[in-house]
Amino acid sequence: MPRLVSHPDEVKIVTRRFGMGAANIDRYIELGGYEAAKKCLEQGPDWIINEMKASNLRGRGGAGFPTGLKWSFVPKQSAKPKYVLVNGDESEPGTCKDHLIFLHDPHSVIEGTIIAGLAIGAKLGFIYLRGEYRYLLEIMEKAVADAYAKGFLGKNIFGSDTEFQVITQSGAGAYEVGEESALMESLEGKRGVPRIKPPFPAVVGLYGGPTVINNAETIATVPHVIAMGGASYAAVGSERNGGTRLFGISGHVERPGVYELPMGYNLKKMIYEVAGGVRGGRKLKAVVPGGSSTPVLLPEEIENLGMDFDQVGKAGSMLGSGGVVVIDDHTCIVEFALRTISFYQHESCGWCIPCREGTDWLKKSLTRFHAGFGIEKDIDTIRYIAENMLGRTFCPLGDAAAMPTLGFVKKFRKEFEDHLNGKPCPFAKHTEVAVV
Amino acid sequence: MSNETMTIFSPKLAARFDALVQKYPARRSALVPMLLYAQDEIGYLSDAVIAEVAERIGITELDVRNVATYYSMLRFKPAGKYNVQVCTNISCMLRGAYDVFERFQDELGVGHKGVTPDGLFSLEEVECIGACCWAPAIQVNYDFHDELTPESVSGILAEYRGKAKAEGTVSHA
Ligand SMILES: Cc1cc2nc3c(=O)[nH]c(=O)nc-3n(C[C@H](O)[C@H](O)[C@H](O)COP(=O)(O)O)c2cc1C
Ligand code: SF4
Ligand code: FES
Repeated sequence: MPRLVSHPDEVKIVTRRFGMGAANIDRYIELGGYEAAKKCLEQGPDWIINEMKASNLRGRGGAGFPTGLKWSFVPKQSAKPKYVLVNGDESEPGTCKDHLIFLHDPHSVIEGTIIAGLAIGAKLGFIYLRGEYRYLLEIMEKAVADAYAKGFLGKNIFGSDTEFQVITQSGAGAYEVGEESALMESLEGKRGVPRIKPPFPAVVGLYGGPTVINNAETIATVPHVIAMGGASYAAVGSERNGGTRLFGISGHVERPGVYELPMGYNLKKMIYEVAGGVRGGRKLKAVVPGGSSTPVLLPEEIENLGMDFDQVGKAGSMLGSGGVVVIDDHTCIVEFALRTISFYQHESCGWCIPCREGTDWLKKSLTRFHAGFGIEKDIDTIRYIAENMLGRTFCPLGDAAAMPTLGFVKKFRKEFEDHLNGKPCPFAKHTEVAVV
Repeated sequence: MSNETMTIFSPKLAARFDALVQKYPARRSALVPMLLYAQDEIGYLSDAVIAEVAERIGITELDVRNVATYYSMLRFKPAGKYNVQVCTNISCMLRGAYDVFERFQDELGVGHKGVTPDGLFSLEEVECIGACCWAPAIQVNYDFHDELTPESVSGILAEYRGKAKAEGTVSHA
């Protein structure tokens, strides 16, 4: 069972009901659940979208797109049915926050889906969970069945004449399916190969109908935004970055875990105070701030860094999925870079050449390098390949592979050089794994 | 699927399938979850499973295979009764996942994608399973085990050996 953690600096909004038995629908109602959906039913779509815009809530899936704005792009009139699609594919290494939401507060996801549906005029919502999350899918299925039994889902939700249905869906193992257009393909029973954009899903999405796609945490936040009021939610966070975020701190810290902190919270404090500092009193070497695809930051870069989309962007990285991976000074960065690129090479869907070939070349070069067979020129070749992938791939997975690689090579060039000329890796025990 | 056709699905799986296809705006949306549920029951995607899923959805076998080969959880050969999946991705690696993986290799005597001779266990090195804050983590079939050390490996294997014994199924292969 995933361990729950807490810290006095946390502002518990989304995690408010964690550990309180809220997977039970009666308990969820007792704790104020489904009131927000009822209110939205009374107030109507324009009001909902205004509250969402006022909240400054930005998508928790990685890109940080403003949620209210995304919803407002869906055409009011549509010949084809509209849909809501909740993205619970959660596969970015370093990220496990949606896991806890499905486990502890499944009804918040359902309630958020209903509200999104009311906002855009959809009658059907899908909640897609990665295939590995079977026990969580079962929790979601039970929650959906309970919501139907209470009349919160169905032809006449909450006794109104409004219809809203929810279907839960299982994936079967694929990181790329987390990309929104690949997600729709998967849900339509196809290979998870992304679609060309435009048209954007808000206009042409699932089964050709306008579709809003949001991350599970974004959706679970929606009922809280409605309950608090958009402006009060916005006030919790930093400029243009409303509210809180579930930061998953992992790696070499004393107290890894998922902590809910206000947007803009200082990264250094997050590591040293909230997560208890670097494990065993060791020194900090580097931090991956927002899941494996975000470029690495050095200790001197996190001193005054507030964790919101804009500030981390300015620092040359990304807030991404909120998965903070902490690396101590006994870690081999070359091995870390190799493990990262191996993931992207494995997950590349193979549709476009720069990503399919680029990730493969990078993996091969880094493998050779890590095993001590690298030459000086390889460092530049790695850089050259990664730079040429950037912006030239069909979907952002190519960038997600190239950006961290570039970060490692640029910021830790010396460590790459230390691996030259058959010198054994100063840290790693697992060089033999890497010989290909 | 017509009643005369042989089915290899259990009545429960067939019923689940029938309920599932009804729900979607398009029948084929049931394809990915259905392949996984069929694999859970039968062990892997045999030719017969592919054929039956194709017929039930109303698409070609080639189309089913084309989709199935995309997804990493779907397999075309039997695995062990208990498939041990060790995450070695970054958060787990930093906390000793390779030591855990090595211990599993030693205890089971098989490597990546290997199956033990009695068919009880298979071993796989996998990508992130969404348990990074409780690393290192593994899944045995769908069960998560987290915050592991090499020392916890034998206990986990013993637990599943015990389960198999209690069920009276020692071999699955
Ligand atoms: C390769 C790739 C993988 C992604 N994986 C996920 C994922 O697992 N979960 C998720 O919510 N978003 C993921 N995204 C982002 C989605 O495409 C999409 O932007 C997001 O679900 C939108 O929701 P939001 O606006 O609430 O953030 C991924 C994107 C890419 C390019
Ligand atoms: S960038 Fe990679 S994952 Fe995206 S379409 Fe190209 S090959 Fe597929
Ligand atoms: S890195 Fe192992 S569970 Fe995420």
